[in-house]
Amino acid sequence: MIDTLLQGLLLGGLYCLFALGQSLMFGVMRLTNTAQGDFIVLGAFAAIASAGLVAVHPALIGLALLPIAFVFGYALQRYVLNGTLGRDPLPSLVVTFGLAIVIQNGLQQLFSADPRSLATGALATESLSVGPLTAGVLPLVIFGVAVACTFALQWLFGRTRIGRAFRAVSDDREIAELMGLDARKVYALATGIAFVTIAIAGVLQAMRTTVAPSDGPLLLLFAFEAVIIGGMGSFWGAFCGAMLLGVTQQIGFRIDPGWGIWIGHIVFLIVLVVRPQGLFPKTRG
Amino acid sequence: MSAISPSTTMPAAVSHAAAADPIVVRGTLLSQVTLGVAVVLVGVAASLPFWGESSWMREFVEIACYFIFASMWNLLAGYGGMVSIGQQAFYGIGGYAMLALGNFGGINPFVAIPLAALAAGLIAVPVSRVAFRLSGGYFAIGSWVIAEVFRLGIANVSAVGGGSGTSLTALRGIDKATRESTTYWVALACVVACVALVYLFLRSKQGLALLAIRDNEVAAESQGIAVKKMKLAVYVVAATGAGLAGALYFVGNLRISPDAAFSVNWTAFAIFMVVVGGIGRIEGPIIGALVFWALNKFFSDYGTWYLLGLGLLAIVVTLFFRQGLAGFVQQRWGWVAFPTQRTLKG
Repeated sequence: MIDTLLQGLLLGGLYCLFALGQSLMFGVMRLTNTAQGDFIVLGAFAAIASAGLVAVHPALIGLALLPIAFVFGYALQRYVLNGTLGRDPLPSLVVTFGLAIVIQNGLQQLFSADPRSLATGALATESLSVGPLTAGVLPLVIFGVAVACTFALQWLFGRTRIGRAFRAVSDDREIAELMGLDARKVYALATGIAFVTIAIAGVLQAMRTTVAPSDGPLLLLFAFEAVIIGGMGSFWGAFCGAMLLGVTQQIGFRIDPGWGIWIGHIVFLIVLVVRPQGLFPKTRG
Repeated sequence: MSAISPSTTMPAAVSHAAAADPIVVRGTLLSQVTLGVAVVLVGVAASLPFWGESSWMREFVEIACYFIFASMWNLLAGYGGMVSIGQQAFYGIGGYAMLALGNFGGINPFVAIPLAALAAGLIAVPVSRVAFRLSGGYFAIGSWVIAEVFRLGIANVSAVGGGSGTSLTALRGIDKATRESTTYWVALACVVACVALVYLFLRSKQGLALLAIRDNEVAAESQGIAVKKMKLAVYVVAATGAGLAGALYFVGNLRISPDAAFSVNWTAFAIFMVVVGGIGRIEGPIIGALVFWALNKFFSDYGTWYLLGLGLLAIVVTLFFRQGLAGFVQQRWGWVAFPTQRTLKG
């Protein structure tokens, strides 16, 4: 039982990384990125393709991808997504959903529908044992990265000039612009940062398990559930939501492999009905 | 949204101006011509089983299902303002309800089609209690989760074949020609009913209320419109229509599986049709379905490239051409085949 709990928390670490970008983009500009999962998969495939070209440790490839992801996200927001923002959610949903379909089919054309993964050598099999508990080193590293990223984003949001700009445009775009902020650039910056977390999530997903071009929607749903369970607008909330989702799924898988993901969805819906504002709403001050 | 259809901000003005006795014009010359042409077309189409080929009928049934589903998505998103990526839930429920009524209930599958649609509408009532907790973009993804719950749930029910699905055995014993022409007539009737009902609904008082809600929820509520009731009604009607499309599709298809019935692609194609045709217009899904049919016919052999192209087209239309084809025609030449607005003369 404790083992299931531990595995669930470690799985939650990965889900947390899926969710952070979603939370940031929604928090700053109320943009629901329905291609979140597909961008994670795109990041994973970018790492896998790079690993085939240069023979260095996957972690280094991941680090090299981060600035590229930032620029990609910045440009995407600046030149495509900014044009879709507004009171009506339809344009941004259609455009990101269209991007999701383009990414899925583009990857399938390039890499076929087969699942692939990123070879990590010894890291894939190493594990640590404490008493009766055993945990893989890689999942522990992923958990650590998730904690670090959550901490970093919360700090960025609450304690820095950039974060102040994020909060300002989030609260009232027009007033923020009167104070001299260029909302379009602030939005682009937020998406750039969100895409850094997306790239991290993609590389770690490819290291931990396999990825296929059609995986995106499922990852999107996990990210979304973590954000809503945790309560919108809080990175630690998303972290806790991801933990709850990971543990629930792990317990579900233990009961019956066919129902694991289903039980995760059900717990999400229960939280939605019982506590629609999420478990930890708006912890950012 | 108000940019799409500027005329919908009129209702308040209309009711005040009515006192001064201007003439309220609701039809156009084109709308009367459309009605005439439509009657002739439907008449010709109804006789198709006597002179056409059975492949044409199959093709029509398939595109009819896409169209009905898309026009229900248009009602929900374009008029109700509820953008959903989870309408495939009701498509699948319609399909499975029809199958269960036919295979286990001994009901003729053609009779089961409307019953299955009602079942989808009934299930939409409790589902709305959950889905309406979210709004905007989160409503869209939340409904997707709900659709997945149904897909994964039914994949675990062994009575209907679990994940690999099952066949509609209730149609055994009916010969192929009878089955195909009956399916075709039912599909034709469903399409006509769907267009007529949506048109009449949007022209009614309730339709006006719906447009007001879409344009400004708070203002609509302050005018005494029961916003919550109206949204629920639209959600249930859209679910019923989606269930109808699903039931019809799987009567034509004879085989059902959770992955096919609850595929997000149904909604993806519906979004494509509505966006390309023109959202928030009755003509939108009609034109969109024709465009989709043509593209499908000529390019579907290209597989992934074809789907990639559909995705790109939807993005380009949304970014640069937001009113869609029907909206373009209306703005350029003022043609409206199904006028729902009230125009004042004199």
